[in-house]
Amino acid sequence: MEGIVGYGAYIPRNRIKVEEIAKVWGADAPSYKKGLILEEKSVPSPDQDTITMSVEASKNALKRAGIDPIDIGAVYVGSESHPYAVKPSGTVLAEALGATPEVHTADFEFACKAGTEGMFVALNLVKAGIVTYGLGVGADTSQGAPGDALEYSAAAGAAAFIFGRDKVVAEVLDTYAYMTDTPDFWRREYEYYPQHGGRFTGEPAYFKHVIGAAKGIMNKAGMQAGDFNYVVFHQPNGKFPFRAGKILGFSRQQIEPGWLVNKLGNTYSGSSPLGLTATLDIAKPGDNILLVSYGSGAGSDAFILKVTSRIDAVRNLAPLTRELLNNNKKYLEYGEYAKFREKIRKAD
Amino acid sequence: MSTPSRYWREIPQRYRLEANSCTKCKQKFFPPRLICPECGSRDLVKTKIAEKGKVISYTIIRVPPSQFKDQAPYAVGVIELDDGVKLMGQIVDCDFEDLKLGKRVKIEFRKLFKKGHSGILCYGYKFVPDS
Repeated sequence: MEGIVGYGAYIPRNRIKVEEIAKVWGADAPSYKKGLILEEKSVPSPDQDTITMSVEASKNALKRAGIDPIDIGAVYVGSESHPYAVKPSGTVLAEALGATPEVHTADFEFACKAGTEGMFVALNLVKAGIVTYGLGVGADTSQGAPGDALEYSAAAGAAAFIFGRDKVVAEVLDTYAYMTDTPDFWRREYEYYPQHGGRFTGEPAYFKHVIGAAKGIMNKAGMQAGDFNYVVFHQPNGKFPFRAGKILGFSRQQIEPGWLVNKLGNTYSGSSPLGLTATLDIAKPGDNILLVSYGSGAGSDAFILKVTSRIDAVRNLAPLTRELLNNNKKYLEYGEYAKFREKIRKAD
Repeated sequence: MSTPSRYWREIPQRYRLEANSCTKCKQKFFPPRLICPECGSRDLVKTKIAEKGKVISYTIIRVPPSQFKDQAPYAVGVIELDDGVKLMGQIVDCDFEDLKLGKRVKIEFRKLFKKGHSGILCYGYKFVPDS
């Protein structure tokens, strides 16, 4: 059966703590930490962006897949922070991996859901027999306006998944998508920072779609919360995934292995895909995993995966996600963070 | 790397570390050569350079060229790769006090610089600590 043959993660080393951001804006750090269940977030260096992180995450996926990159027939990068407005991220990625020129490449954009969109299409091209291997990447260097609540969570990271038919480490048993037109978060052309609908991003947006997709795929597959060893939800903050899990009947133990947001922040298109890489890092053969993404605008993609015995052979061929999260960290002061994120207006 | 066409010509080396080697004397060349300068052979085959190595020399750049000014101060080093090739590049994600001769490093894909506010973005290899 078709599924994931290799997966990889990438997280920049820079971090900034909630206290460091709150102190600049006169905000109450303890209430943000408690309210959002956030401690710190990752920050890209000036020489890192969606493309560089996609390349590193994909190289890690290739190490685990053990395939020749020339056999990858589709390369999709999902992000809301593609470095170019016009010029694909996917061509740089495909070229860096050595997958060109016989490869179909596209950039996806759907707020935080773009990563699982690429995964969905790559998987289905494999299922249709059109490509031997398909690569789907979710990556972002997400933007939060200075002083806005989003600034505490908008982070950077990437996760890559190579789909194929042979040497599968996790079979994809089913997929499902749940969408409506919901204006909870947006960024207009030429605007630097996104805007959001505050509390409107909760019930009618995140929860409606995440719960709708989770219930939909479980009904379709005839499964219940108790049939899964792990569940990974999109993680815009620390609180939402646990609340969604509670509504759906999942325990904290099913959520926590893939719950990275308290130390990572919201990596947007990389968020639930990175949670899946962390879950695969600890999963055992036979385990069932439910993945539900969320993207504002709004919609959720859902995947049911069954881990195979191959997981034990490939797990340690590339860095584990929690190693990337916890090792070689460098804490930034707000000034350095503002410089790195190009929030400072300069003369030419 | 100041024009799109020059940047494009260097993509196989900057992105994929493509080199070639002489089938007769086994010498490795990065960037690739048409003729082996050691034995004069034209019989060269495509290969890649190693992705890991050790620092054999380094310096800290504090007064950089204009396109690197936002990255200063930064380290530049000569790295002896595990296949013997010596390569110069930026060493990043490494605190200067941890930078030592012999330190193990590996290649990572990074943005080298951007051409002003509206020009192309130039990507390629840099070195990071191999932990």
